[in-house]
Amino acid sequence: MAIDIMLSDFFQRALAGGILIGITAPLIGIFLVLRRLSMIGDTLAHVTIAGVALGFLIEVYPLGAGLVFAVLASFAIEKLRKAYKSYAELSIAIIMSGGVALASLFFTLGMGYNTDVMSYLFGSIYTLDTQDLYVVGAVTLVVAVVVALFFKEFFLLSFEEDAASVNGLPVRILNMLITILTALVISTAIKIVGALLVSALLTIPVAISLLIARSFKSSVILSVVISEIAVIIGLVIAGIWNLAPGATIVLLLIAFLILTMAGKKGFSN
Amino acid sequence: MYTPIIDDCHEPVVELEHISFSYREQQVISDLSFTVKERDFVGIIGSNGAGKSTLMRMIVGLLPAGSGQIKLFGQPIRRFKDWERIGYVPQKNSFNPLFPATVREVVLSGLYNNKNLFKRVSKSHQQKCDDALEVMGIQDIAGKRIGQLSGGQQQRAFLARAMINRPDLLILDEPTVGIDAETQADFFELITHMHEHHHMTFLMVSHDMGMVESYLGKNPKQQNGKINFYVRHSHEIQNCEERDLQHSLT
Repeated sequence: MAIDIMLSDFFQRALAGGILIGITAPLIGIFLVLRRLSMIGDTLAHVTIAGVALGFLIEVYPLGAGLVFAVLASFAIEKLRKAYKSYAELSIAIIMSGGVALASLFFTLGMGYNTDVMSYLFGSIYTLDTQDLYVVGAVTLVVAVVVALFFKEFFLLSFEEDAASVNGLPVRILNMLITILTALVISTAIKIVGALLVSALLTIPVAISLLIARSFKSSVILSVVISEIAVIIGLVIAGIWNLAPGATIVLLLIAFLILTMAGKKGFSN
Repeated sequence: MYTPIIDDCHEPVVELEHISFSYREQQVISDLSFTVKERDFVGIIGSNGAGKSTLMRMIVGLLPAGSGQIKLFGQPIRRFKDWERIGYVPQKNSFNPLFPATVREVVLSGLYNNKNLFKRVSKSHQQKCDDALEVMGIQDIAGKRIGQLSGGQQQRAFLARAMINRPDLLILDEPTVGIDAETQADFFELITHMHEHHHMTFLMVSHDMGMVESYLGKNPKQQNGKINFYVRHSHEIQNCEERDLQHSLT
């Protein structure tokens, strides 16, 4: 029975999508966490939902509409962050509530598609179709290539932005690049774990790796490995016991975090 | 009024021309003109809020000057591209102490500049890093997380990062804040030694009068508002003949 589920097309697609997001989410998440921008994930997720809802309303590919919304919101966040320099979190609060307001407006305008939109709120990895998979694949490729190209610059930007400026790095462009990549990752990841849980996938693997890793390189590798383990085991468990896959992955990550903290405490005692 | 001694051979490294800066309608720096020449050691001293860090941030391009012009190595700062000629040691609290970076990763990051975009970290970069670690005597702790080190060791790591490009100008922004007196003295001895024996220009913001006076003399060469400039001029340690000889060798 369990084998049948795992061999089915929808499960294979879910697994492929999950594995791809399992790479991109922590890869971008580490730069957000280290720059104390973890909340940006939640914000962009809420805006993406507004885009998805509009997509359903005007019958445009919802994930695509969500993606455009997320990228536009990421520009708006950067703009607001500059306008309110000492209140970085203000831009996040404004855009997040704006996203929720727009989403609920589109919800009420298009009564009747609510179940589909719900799947973006809580994730519905089993409904991933081939088109979604291509989009997730393309985003993974873009994220992997850009992060590989600018890995050392992103490191310095996250470690000490002033030093990156003094070294003559194009700090504004690099910041914008990270924000756009974040928008891409989030808009694709919400199909897997849902908008409400997406920041867990961005932050918890990183939080665990920060407890263990000594170097930056090892924290990046470790957070991707942790996220992949959680995604794969989570999907299998959810498949066998018929649980919500997104929630299972997130709870598994939280369990890993608790175990690591306990293990570390025991070790240091 | 400070009258500059005629010195024809040492090139200007930092030129401040009629710089003014206001912060919320309060004038912090007004009409400041000052030139740092190659191999000078300049100490910028002032109380909290005097504007010394503001001035430093303007010199490294982190803040635009309110009015006036800043030149680095003879070029207006807007057009300046040779950032690898400048090493920068920030204040101790400028980074997140829980950041998962090793000393080696931090020191290597001194090479991540506009000219090395898209380039991979090569063997020659690693060799430069090893050399910088060795000069600062911190090769044994290269694999440790930066946040686990003592304040003095951290500052040596940041100095190694600034030195990795063998810069012509080293800028230090309150490098010894929060470090115990003994380590401060060691650190100061290290940089004065570097000034005397290497062909480098130093610009240091400090609150430590004792250290500055012992190397740069008791009288400031120039004052602007609450900021005082103490200078040990290049010609005090190297005359023009020696300078020209050194240049012809390099």
